[in-house]
Amino acid sequence: MKKYTYTESKDTRSGFGAGLLEAGKKNENVVALCADLIGSLKMNDFIKEFPERFFQIGIAEANMMGIAAGLTIGDKIPFTGTFANFSTGRVYDQIRQSIAYSGKNVKICASHAGLTLGEDGATHQILEDIGLMKMLPGMTVINTCDFNQTKAATLALVDHVGPTYLRFGRPVVPNFTPADQEFVIGKAVMLNEGTDVTIVATGHLVWEAIQAGEELEKLGISAEIINIHTIKPLDEEAILASVAKTKCVVTAEEHNRLGGLGDSVAQVLARQLPSPQEYVAVDDSFGESGKPDELMDKYGLNAAAIVAAARKVITRK
Amino acid sequence: MSADITKLEQIASQVRRDIVRMVHSCQSGHPGGSLGCTDYFVALYFHAMKHDPSFNFNAAGEDLFFLSNGHISPVFYSTLARAGYFPASELATFRQINSRLQGHPTTHEHLPGIRIASGSLGQGLSVAIGAAQAKKLDKDAQTVYVLLGDGELQEGQVWEAAMYAAHNKMDNVIAAVDYNGAQIDGATKDVLSLGDLRAKWEAFGWDVLDIEKGNDMASIISGLDEAKSRSGQGKPVMILLHTGMGYGVDFMMGSHKWHGVAPNDEQLASALAQNPETLGDY
Repeated sequence: MKKYTYTESKDTRSGFGAGLLEAGKKNENVVALCADLIGSLKMNDFIKEFPERFFQIGIAEANMMGIAAGLTIGDKIPFTGTFANFSTGRVYDQIRQSIAYSGKNVKICASHAGLTLGEDGATHQILEDIGLMKMLPGMTVINTCDFNQTKAATLALVDHVGPTYLRFGRPVVPNFTPADQEFVIGKAVMLNEGTDVTIVATGHLVWEAIQAGEELEKLGISAEIINIHTIKPLDEEAILASVAKTKCVVTAEEHNRLGGLGDSVAQVLARQLPSPQEYVAVDDSFGESGKPDELMDKYGLNAAAIVAAARKVITRK
Repeated sequence: MSADITKLEQIASQVRRDIVRMVHSCQSGHPGGSLGCTDYFVALYFHAMKHDPSFNFNAAGEDLFFLSNGHISPVFYSTLARAGYFPASELATFRQINSRLQGHPTTHEHLPGIRIASGSLGQGLSVAIGAAQAKKLDKDAQTVYVLLGDGELQEGQVWEAAMYAAHNKMDNVIAAVDYNGAQIDGATKDVLSLGDLRAKWEAFGWDVLDIEKGNDMASIISGLDEAKSRSGQGKPVMILLHTGMGYGVDFMMGSHKWHGVAPNDEQLASALAQNPETLGDY
């Protein structure tokens, strides 16, 4: 098992903030919008550097999506920032009509996704957003795993034309991917080559998958671990090549089992390479208040759950 | 710019013919609001707006128009075609399969003149404000026009946008409400009263003016000229455009029942008899 280490833990949303600043420097058409959550989205540095290119919308997310769509008509590249819940479900029809169907180059950047939002509870812990967004024709869906990857993804969006949903989170997590990584939208990252089981993970579950891989190694199980940061378009080739070798797969995500990464992987396999699959995901429920780690443990989104799923799926080969 | 009222009225007559023929042909669509807004569309595209029918999507140095109440697509399509954005013959494809003239306007089929999809109500004012914000950023002094339905004002997003536009002094926006007092289920005053619209928009920080005769070309021209003179003064401008739903076709006028109903053959003949062919039917 390849060793992964980190020197510090940082939040993915700070990766977005750092990436947005770089994006602004890279391209003068980059503009940013926020619905009264500047601090939470870490947009302060961009605002300080480019005050005229920032639009404070207030608590009016529907209006924010419309304004972002309109800004593209002047060739601007708008990045909207608010919580994942308010970036998707709250404004679904605005995104559907004014952005996705209209083919607008808007980057919907969403923080505080999933259970790890923590104490605020289920009203804010959206677990359905990946499903909502991947269902929209033409929408690219990205869920990053740490600070460095989120920063790299944010920068990569500048040169990517088309509506995109970028999902990240609130808590500090191990920052283990390289600072100088090249982020290629739609390209899976092979973290560890193995032969017995494929683990496909996204977002905060990627680090848990690495931990699980180490545990499985102790049990004599060789896990192939793939970091899927882009859920749509999905890197089907990488998944098919891996499962052709291991003959089974575990998918891991901080999302409802229905409609997330796991379902996307299952669809690829069902059509081209039917194989046993186990889901590490929230079992069709809302979340609740608690500390992020407590919640991830209670809802079975951790390394131990991935280990259990891997051992189970191997028996189904 | 002085306007040739007679010429504009002749164009409006042809647009009305186009509308009823399009809706009759596919036996679906929304003639009522389209007919009511015909004179305003003609005044915009043939008098008030600086625009280029060769259609540069980003429209630097041009005025922009957005239609928020997308269901009145027939008047939008006819006006664009008659202004030279695409051949009038294409109007015959309205609402048919494989057409660029979808039931509601869309950029998806790349129809020249359309810059946003609309139909699901309440979204167009936000989009127009975004485009106006882009123009300000680019130091482009042109104006962004947007039309909303009055029933559409029941959507909350409209008032989010209204608040934003005033706060940010979006004085390069000239919005208009098609104030015909009717929506699908009946009169707006019965379905969900709009109350005192002037007071509402003024309270939201807009400069409001009425065009009392929203189907009289001379009144529209002077109203639009007045609106233009009030723009650039730190406030977004709202025109309360008093129109008659179905205006120009006697049996459609004054009733919400023609909001989304197509005429039969006999009704089509009657409607065409009331609106002379001036530019050649498609």
